[in-house]
Amino acid sequence: MTLHRFLMAKPWIWSFAATIIVWIVTVLFTGGASSFGLSQAALTFAAFSVVVGIGQMFVITLGPGNIDLSVPATMTLSGTLALKLMDVQDGMIVVGLLASIGIGLVIGLGNYVLIKALRIPPIIATLSMSFIVQSVAIWSNRGLRIKPPETLASFATSGLFGIPNVALVALILSALAWVLLEKSIYGRWISAIGQSTFAARMAGIPVDGTRLVTYMLCAVLASVCGYLLASFSGGAALNMGSEYLLMSIAVVVIGGTAVAGGNSNIPGIWGASLFMFLVVSMLNTYGFGAGFRLILTGLIIIAVILLAGGRQSLR
Amino acid sequence: MKLSSGTVRLIIPAASLVLLLAAVFYMQPRAMSYTGLNLLFNLAVPIALATIAQMLIMSVNDLDLSMGTFVSFCACVTATFLQTSPVLGILILLGAIAAYAVIGVVIHIRDLPSIVVTLGMSFVWGGLAVLILPSPGGNAPVWARWVMTAKPPLVPVAIVASILIAAVTHYIVMRSSFGVLMRGVGGNDRSVERAGWSVIGIRAATYALAGFFAILAGIALVGLTTSADANIALRYTLLSIAGVILGGGQFVGGKVSPIGAVIGALTLTLAGSFLSFMRISPDWQIGAQGAILIVVLALRLALNRLEKREKSQ
Repeated sequence: MTLHRFLMAKPWIWSFAATIIVWIVTVLFTGGASSFGLSQAALTFAAFSVVVGIGQMFVITLGPGNIDLSVPATMTLSGTLALKLMDVQDGMIVVGLLASIGIGLVIGLGNYVLIKALRIPPIIATLSMSFIVQSVAIWSNRGLRIKPPETLASFATSGLFGIPNVALVALILSALAWVLLEKSIYGRWISAIGQSTFAARMAGIPVDGTRLVTYMLCAVLASVCGYLLASFSGGAALNMGSEYLLMSIAVVVIGGTAVAGGNSNIPGIWGASLFMFLVVSMLNTYGFGAGFRLILTGLIIIAVILLAGGRQSLR
Repeated sequence: MKLSSGTVRLIIPAASLVLLLAAVFYMQPRAMSYTGLNLLFNLAVPIALATIAQMLIMSVNDLDLSMGTFVSFCACVTATFLQTSPVLGILILLGAIAAYAVIGVVIHIRDLPSIVVTLGMSFVWGGLAVLILPSPGGNAPVWARWVMTAKPPLVPVAIVASILIAAVTHYIVMRSSFGVLMRGVGGNDRSVERAGWSVIGIRAATYALAGFFAILAGIALVGLTTSADANIALRYTLLSIAGVILGGGQFVGGKVSPIGAVIGALTLTLAGSFLSFMRISPDWQIGAQGAILIVVLALRLALNRLEKREKSQ
C-alpha cells in the first residue's frame, strides 16, 4: 500500500523504469560491448531534449491550451545568429551566449504580446511567431555554414569524468529549474495558475506577469539549447530544431507532467528524454528499417502513456 | 436586424477572405477568370477537407497532431493500393477509419491527453507511409484525377467542391442530431451522458468521421498531384488547426463552424498565392504568412469588441 502510494506520488518513476528496461534490452543485444558508448550518447542527446523540455514544461504547467510551438524556430535562429556573431573567435563565446539569450527574451516577449494583446490562443500565436522567426533565420542563414569557435566546439563535444559536458549543463539547468519550481514563489504561482487561473487571479497572483515570464523562460531555454546544439554539431542548419517540436512535448507528457497544467515534475523529463533516445537506438541496433522504427516508436509512446497516464485526470 | 452570434462569427473570416481575394485581383487582374480562380483555389480542396477533419476532433475538445502524417498515409495508399487493387485499398482505408474510432475510444476510456496519443499515432502513420512508398511515386486513380480536374460550366471545380464540402458538413455538424450530440460532448460531456447518451459511442463516431474526411483529403491531394510520397502533407497538421481557428472555431466548448473552417482553409491557401503575387522574396514568404494570420486574428478581435460594445448600449 505504501509502495502504491509512493508510485502514485512520483509519476516520474515510470519513465525511469522504462528507460532502464530499454537500456538493458539494448545492451544485452550487443553483448554488453556498447554499454558505455550508448550511455554517453544517450546522455548527450537527452540533454538537448531536457533543456527544451523544461521550458515547454513550464509553459504547459500554465494550464490547458498553453503550449509553445515556436521552440524549433527559436533554436534555429539562435544557433544561426550566435554562430554568425561569434565568427569562429574564441573571445566572442560569452557575447554569443548573451546574444542567444537576448534572442530568446525577445521571442518570448513577442509570443506573450500576441497572446495577451490580440487574445490569440497560444498554439496559434506561437505558430505565427515561429513562421516569422523562421523567416528571419532563413534570411540570416544565407551563405556558408559557419563553424563554432574552437573552444566552444570542443567544450560541447567533450566530457568531464565520462559525463558529457552538455549533459552537465542540462543537469545544472534542471537543478535551477527544480529550485524555481519547487522552492520559489514563482513555481507556486505557475502551478496555481495552471490549476485555476480565475482562483489565482482572485488570490492576488500577478497572472499576466507570471505567464509573460514563463513564455520568456521557455524561449530562452530553447535558444540556449539551439546555441549548444549548433556548437555540438559543428554549425547551424535550418532544420536543426524541427525534431524538437514533437520531442519537447513528448518528453513533458511521458515524464508525467499533467497536460491540463498545474502539476509538473523535472526528474520525469530526464527519464523521458533518455527513454526517447534509447528507444530509437534500440530499434537501430535491432536493424529495423526507417518505417518499422517509426511505427514502433509511436506504439511505444502510446503504450507508455497507456500504462503511466490516465490514473489521475490528465486532460 | 438581428444576427445570431454564429453568423457574426462567420462574417469576419468571410470578410478577410473577400479582402484577400480583392487584393489578389487588384494585383493580378488575369486571376479573375475561370482558370485563374481554379489555379488559386485548387490546392485548397484537400486542405479544406483536412481542416474539417481537425474541426470534428476539436468539437469534442481534442486535438489531432497526427493529421498531416495521416493525410500523407492516405495519399500513399491512394496512389498505390487504391489504384492497383481497389478492393484491398478500400479495406486498408476502412481499417484506418476503424483505427481512428479506436483512438477515440481509448482516449475517452483511459482519460488520456489527445495531444500525446495522436503524437504517438503520427509516428505510426508516418512509418506506415514510409513502408508503402519509400520513395516518391505511385499513380493517381483515374476517377480521383477525373474529379479533381473536372471542368464544370461557369464555376471552377475547386469552388464547387469547397461549397459542397461546406454544405455537407454544415448539415452534419449544425443540423443533424448527431452533430448536436457531438458538440454537446465538447460543451459538457457529463450532461450528455446523464441525458442517456453513450459518450463513448459519440466520440468513436466523431473520430471515425474525422478519419473519413482526412482520407478524402488524401484522395483529393493525390488527384491533384498525380503521385504521392510519405511527407506530402506534413504541414497539414498546423494548417488544419490554423484553418479551424481562422474560421472562428475554438479549442474547447464544442464551438466550431464548418463553413468557417472551409473559409479558413481557403484564406490560408490564398495567402500563399497573394504573397507570390506580391513578389515577396521566398525568404520572407513563411514569415509573411505568419503576419497575415496575426492580422486576420487581430481583425477578428477588433470586430468582436465592436460587437460587444453594441450589445452593451
